[in-house]
Amino acid sequence: MDKLLQLLSENSSYSTEQLSMMLGEPEDYIKAQIAEYENSGVIRGYQAVVDWDEVPDSGVMAIIELKVAPQLQKGFDEIADRIQAYDEVESVYLMAGSYDLLLTVKGATIQEISSFVAKRLAAMEGILSTATHFMLKRYKEKGVSLTEGKNDGREMIV
Amino acid sequence: MDYNDKLAQSIRSVKPSGIRRFFDIVNEMDHVISLSVGEPDFRTPWHVRQAGIASLEQGKTWYTPNRGFKELCKEITNFYKRKYNLTYDPLNECVVTVGGSEAIDIALRCMVSRGDEVLIPQPSFVCYEPLTVMAGATPVLIETKVENDFRLTPEQIEENITPDTKLLILPYPNNPTGGIMERADLEAIAKVIVKHDLMVLSDEIYSELTYGGKRHVSVAEIEGMKERTVVINGFSKAYAMTGWRLGYALGPSEIISMMVKLHQFCIMSAPTTAQYAAIEALRNGDSDIEAMRNEYDMRRRFVVASLNAMGLSCFNPEGAFYCFPCIKSTGLSSEEFCTRLLQSKHVALVPGSAFGECGEGYVRLSYSYSIKHLTRAMELIREFLKELKDEDNS
Repeated sequence: MDKLLQLLSENSSYSTEQLSMMLGEPEDYIKAQIAEYENSGVIRGYQAVVDWDEVPDSGVMAIIELKVAPQLQKGFDEIADRIQAYDEVESVYLMAGSYDLLLTVKGATIQEISSFVAKRLAAMEGILSTATHFMLKRYKEKGVSLTEGKNDGREMIV
Repeated sequence: MDYNDKLAQSIRSVKPSGIRRFFDIVNEMDHVISLSVGEPDFRTPWHVRQAGIASLEQGKTWYTPNRGFKELCKEITNFYKRKYNLTYDPLNECVVTVGGSEAIDIALRCMVSRGDEVLIPQPSFVCYEPLTVMAGATPVLIETKVENDFRLTPEQIEENITPDTKLLILPYPNNPTGGIMERADLEAIAKVIVKHDLMVLSDEIYSELTYGGKRHVSVAEIEGMKERTVVINGFSKAYAMTGWRLGYALGPSEIISMMVKLHQFCIMSAPTTAQYAAIEALRNGDSDIEAMRNEYDMRRRFVVASLNAMGLSCFNPEGAFYCFPCIKSTGLSSEEFCTRLLQSKHVALVPGSAFGECGEGYVRLSYSYSIKHLTRAMELIREFLKELKDEDNS
């Protein structure tokens, strides 16, 4: 995998100067690489890894499995596009296995998400069934452990 | 009761580690950004841990043969054949020990005694001098210099040789400087070693961690050196297995058999679970080493470039996972520098003086930390240097 992308996906706040030192490449080259990734759509944005459990009133998350009737020619793409247009929906994936689409959905309350599923999703043409799972606790987010202590456990030994 | 006359003179004469006091202060503090640890931050590769777990599940919890499992000795000698084209007999020229440290201790005790002199290049790992003293011999310290890339030169050996010189300790890749010895350097010192009929204890514990395309060369590869070299290595650094406590020595059977004799009386056998894990590490661990080395290499580039950019001139380390910047420009001693950095920024480095008096004026910075951790630490060191400068100017 591209080392630059890997570093940015771990921490997008590295400066180009820092990245240039880490990778042993000139800073201008790093800047050009990043610009190219942004222009070509490989890099779509930069986000912080937030432990929402630590933020009061930050709402609830649900994972929703959808079974969908694929459409002629278009397969799942059209319905996926319609679903991702909702602000509540954080991510949409097409899956192999016992269901077709996997969504992560964010809402202020359980009721809000329930209402979204019942009134919007389930009612959508082509949706055969939904299964909603509410998230109780986060342990790890985007490769970052949310439970590990700050102390790395190593002793002071020369 | 006066215990002074109840204790052996030898252990009383060993200076307590100066670094302990500093570490005690660090341990008292909260939220320290430490760059002081001398072990990998990686965890032992999972398949290696699994091999250890499997052996426990099968109840394989007995002693092993004194010199270590035959299977393990075979894998160790295969490893040295594969990496350094050195052929050792697994049955007679290999002993598995409790870390590299035990191997160093028993090698010294088997090779030197009262009246012998041991040449020890410094700055280097802290154990050589006290273990030489405990073996009854006299340490003779050789200061390696930054202008020589902290390498040992034949002239430096010549200057320190007396009729009593018996053994040279060769600590490369070096902790704390990150210096290495290339083939030409080893060939040059080999001539002096052979001429004066010295033995060599080559501590190659960082052998798998060299950078910039330079692979470690064992002194035993140099013509005429294998018969006069005891190679020390282990699993701690290459496979991130420090806590398993497993090392080994390779050398002439006449010496190894004496080391096994001593090892059997003082240790019995190295940890059994660790030996099972180590077999797996040697068989299937080459790609783990490669992945960790690449990660260290990236951190090395980042740290060295950052330090140089902030005005701390830093020798470009080519091995191990330390860099050893010079702090003389600040006008502080290495201990003052570390204490003040710790107090004002909560960043912990190790004073260079911990690795021998000639380490004064330097600090050791371990880059065995995540890049995120290192980035933060570099920012704090930069702030600290700026504050020192402002202080000077006011």
